[in-house]
Amino acid sequence: MNTLPDAEKLCVQLADMIRPQLTQNTAMIGLYTGGVWLAERLHPLLGLAEPLGTLDIAFYRDDYHQQGLARDPKRSNIPFSIEGRDLLLVDDVLYTGRTVRAAMNELFDYGRPARISLAVLADRGGRQLPICAQYCGARLEVPAGARLRLRRGEDGRLSLQLEHGS
Amino acid sequence: MDRNPQLNKNGELQHLLSIEGLPREVIERVLATADSFVGVTEREVKKVPLLRGKSVFNLFFEPSTRTRTTFEIAAKRLSADVINLNIAASSQSKGESLLDTIANLSAMQADIYVVRHASSGAPFLIARHVKPHEHVINAGDGRHAHPTQGLLDLYTLRHYKKDFTQLTVAIVGDVLHSRVARSLIHGLTTLGTPEVRVIGPQTLMPSGVEALGVHVYRDMREGLKGCDAVVMLRLQNERMRGALLPSAQEFFKHFGLTADKLALAKPDVIVMHPGPMNRGVEIDSSVADGPHSVILPQVTFGIAVRMAVMSMVGGASA
Repeated sequence: MNTLPDAEKLCVQLADMIRPQLTQNTAMIGLYTGGVWLAERLHPLLGLAEPLGTLDIAFYRDDYHQQGLARDPKRSNIPFSIEGRDLLLVDDVLYTGRTVRAAMNELFDYGRPARISLAVLADRGGRQLPICAQYCGARLEVPAGARLRLRRGEDGRLSLQLEHGS
Repeated sequence: MDRNPQLNKNGELQHLLSIEGLPREVIERVLATADSFVGVTEREVKKVPLLRGKSVFNLFFEPSTRTRTTFEIAAKRLSADVINLNIAASSQSKGESLLDTIANLSAMQADIYVVRHASSGAPFLIARHVKPHEHVINAGDGRHAHPTQGLLDLYTLRHYKKDFTQLTVAIVGDVLHSRVARSLIHGLTTLGTPEVRVIGPQTLMPSGVEALGVHVYRDMREGLKGCDAVVMLRLQNERMRGALLPSAQEFFKHFGLTADKLALAKPDVIVMHPGPMNRGVEIDSSVADGPHSVILPQVTFGIAVRMAVMSMVGGASA
């Protein structure tokens, strides 16, 4: 694959996909780091009433005993009660599904949401857990050793980038 | 030269023994990680699963209630199993050596030892002998170091004052016997604090303390001028029995923190104390409970800092 889709266009398409499914009860949570950037775009496009929540899953990762504690964890911040909410979890790239599992574990330490759905900019396959995205901007095929990630330029523009393993 | 005994081959924190010799990046990483844990401690469920299935042994060879309790809370909030050993009443009083005690606990599958000991250097000795997957955290050794207290003091200063490179900090009282003071001085200088002062009577000031990069004041009023933060040290009552001090009243007159003396510091000065406080000896009640006091937030931050340290060492391979 030579060209990756334009992340800015995917943002708008993703918002159009999500909009018809919103309820009065929907609140959004972005996952650090790329998911928060994406959520910061989607949130105003969708005009949600509650402020944006952010989650850093560093304390819930399942590879802590292999990798140690992640460097520079951010403080998770959910400025609303998640009890009984329809939560829209936002991440940049869906791959193994382990980040989403960790995020759900963390969320349940804040309360019991009515529903959690997942929106991602890109799904690259390679799932290791039974997790899928309800809203997906693009499905991309990425070689196993490569890393697909969202970047935010100095001008604030979002772009997808492929980094090949050494 | 030997590798720093606190760091693994990747430069990550493997044991926490002393702030002295810790690289700036490691200290800053502890403070940043602690900040995320403050978020956890504000939730309804104040627990994360990082140390699930791990055993933390609190080995207090010297009595302590607060430090032991905050370590216990921190370990439990990381989902570890915590075992408190009251060593004074156990096998050491029957003559078992320190390393034999550790070998026995290791056979019980200990993962982290939190050690307080009256002898300076005891946690270093233990760290040299534990297995690669075991970690040691110094909870105070003799007059030497109390690194988690130093780190929580640094966290508190950063929380209220943001930038260490603009600060004037005074540490007041019994500097001679204080492992808290030593740890904090090393942390402050490593983080680039330009003016660290120690204030106290000559009998309670270690000789050559200037070599640590501090300025010594015998006159408290002079030393408090322009300070952003004042750290009061506990005057240990047992010192009064020696020849070091005439009386508690005399000490309070010269080195007790009163509202009147505090007015010489900056208007937004913060007052810290590692606890337990002797009201009316090193600090006046009106100051301890006053608007400048951050003594109780220090206790809360201390839990998050200890969670940060335990989760960092617990995840570091040898």
